[in-house]
Amino acid sequence: MSRVRSASRQIWPRLAAIAGVVVVWEIVYRTGFFDPLVLPSPASVWSTLVHNIANGNLPRATSASLVRLLIGFAISVGAGTAFGLLEVGSSLFERSFGSLVIGLQSLPSIAWLPLAILWFGLNERAVIFVVIIGSFPAVALATVNGLRQVPPLLQRAGRTLGADGWRLYRHVVLPAAIPGYVGGLQQGWAFAWRSLMAGELIVGGALGLGNLLNNSRQNLETPLVIATMVVIVVIGIAVDLAVFSTLDHRIRARRGLITS
Amino acid sequence: MRQAAALRLVPLREQAGPKLSVRGVAKSYRSARGAVISACTEVTFDVEPGEFVCLLGPSGCGKSTCLGLIAGLDRPDRGGLFMDGRPITGPGPDRAMLFQEPALFPWMTVLGNIEFALRMVNVPKEERRDRAMHWLGKVHLSRFAGAQPHELSGGMKQRAALARALACDPQILLADEPFAALDAQTREILQHELQRVWAETGRTCVFVTHNVREAAFLADRVLLMSAPPGTVVEDRQVSVSRPREFDDPRLAPVIADIHGHLVKEVQAVVAREIGE
Repeated sequence: MSRVRSASRQIWPRLAAIAGVVVVWEIVYRTGFFDPLVLPSPASVWSTLVHNIANGNLPRATSASLVRLLIGFAISVGAGTAFGLLEVGSSLFERSFGSLVIGLQSLPSIAWLPLAILWFGLNERAVIFVVIIGSFPAVALATVNGLRQVPPLLQRAGRTLGADGWRLYRHVVLPAAIPGYVGGLQQGWAFAWRSLMAGELIVGGALGLGNLLNNSRQNLETPLVIATMVVIVVIGIAVDLAVFSTLDHRIRARRGLITS
Repeated sequence: MRQAAALRLVPLREQAGPKLSVRGVAKSYRSARGAVISACTEVTFDVEPGEFVCLLGPSGCGKSTCLGLIAGLDRPDRGGLFMDGRPITGPGPDRAMLFQEPALFPWMTVLGNIEFALRMVNVPKEERRDRAMHWLGKVHLSRFAGAQPHELSGGMKQRAALARALACDPQILLADEPFAALDAQTREILQHELQRVWAETGRTCVFVTHNVREAAFLADRVLLMSAPPGTVVEDRQVSVSRPREFDDPRLAPVIADIHGHLVKEVQAVVAREIGE
């Protein structure tokens, strides 16, 4: 009951903001300031959206993109978590590779694409590589920060209760690190999604949302360009809300880290 | 070296030996600015089996440091600590600890926290629930078994922590100012409960506090520590029969006596602070 209410409390302001944007867009469209070819009406974008969902165009592109994203994100979660654990476990590793990751994070992932194309060719493996390299630093840093923020008191309490070595890690340190870790995964997901779109836009060829954007631009199908952008935003928000925010909220509420 | 050799001459199985023996212990630590601060030095005392000892002293006198050493969470720079004649080398569930904060694990329920402690001492899964509920009952928290720690009040959390500490059947209960953060009424209730539970279980207890009334009310013996670097300067027996009440007139002279000594030590701390 209260979960439904808090969910609707989150959703209504967002819907209102979207409605506001659509209204402004419609007004600008009606002024005739832009050629309808480059700025179509909200109504024509909507009908294009519905039509391309019905004919399977958007669903096919979406699922192709999501498969790439899931592969890339899964690999970066695995590698990033392992990297983070190593960094916390070994100070030599931290001083050497730890600083490299921070450097890596300041490099936009798309800057890797030319190199990835040389390595893997102009194909989706290059795109997946960019997704991995784009989200890996966020996951690694989330793991490190999550572990560093574990209160020493809880570790001392665990040790006096007889938890040591691996048991202390498994039952006290890792569970205590989870809130920070999940927050970082959320960030990693956002990076992965952006890297994927950038990669698909440039690499082209294979089916996908980025590719659909590029093709419809070339065909001057502006309504489809905007409709595809809408799908990208909706998926981004939906995953954030349905997976990460929900998970984050549940973990924090359980531990009394939020009051609601 | 000589000390270790001498100790080997003492038979380990000697029944009359102290439960806990602290011998010439010193510990210093590095402050945030890098200065070496001596927390305690030449601390020596024994605790008999079943005895309730309070370590009392001005702030910074190293009483919490001593407790951390007994718990085995930290290692002394010098000296030795022995339990039943065997050197303490690390933390273990035979010495349960209550911290100033409850230190309950926030991702577990209250019951889960106690079951976890039982799991760490290898109590079989089937027995954990009953034993955990038994201890929750002892601290009047049966109704809150399924609650998350953050849903409890400060006093209830500390009672849950007490149940968790006692559930794994420790030989010594260590307490580091566990009631200092509570309001006065809750503190009195918990002091009573601790007295009752301690009497029922007959455990040895080392309790750190800066509160003279609390020390006199709870302890069989009060060890007064000096201004830092702390060392034991007074050893007072509190031979008032139990169960005790706070307004017991026999406690008043004990409190006055210990208070007088404590004030001297606190004045020494203050003099040093303003002198510099």
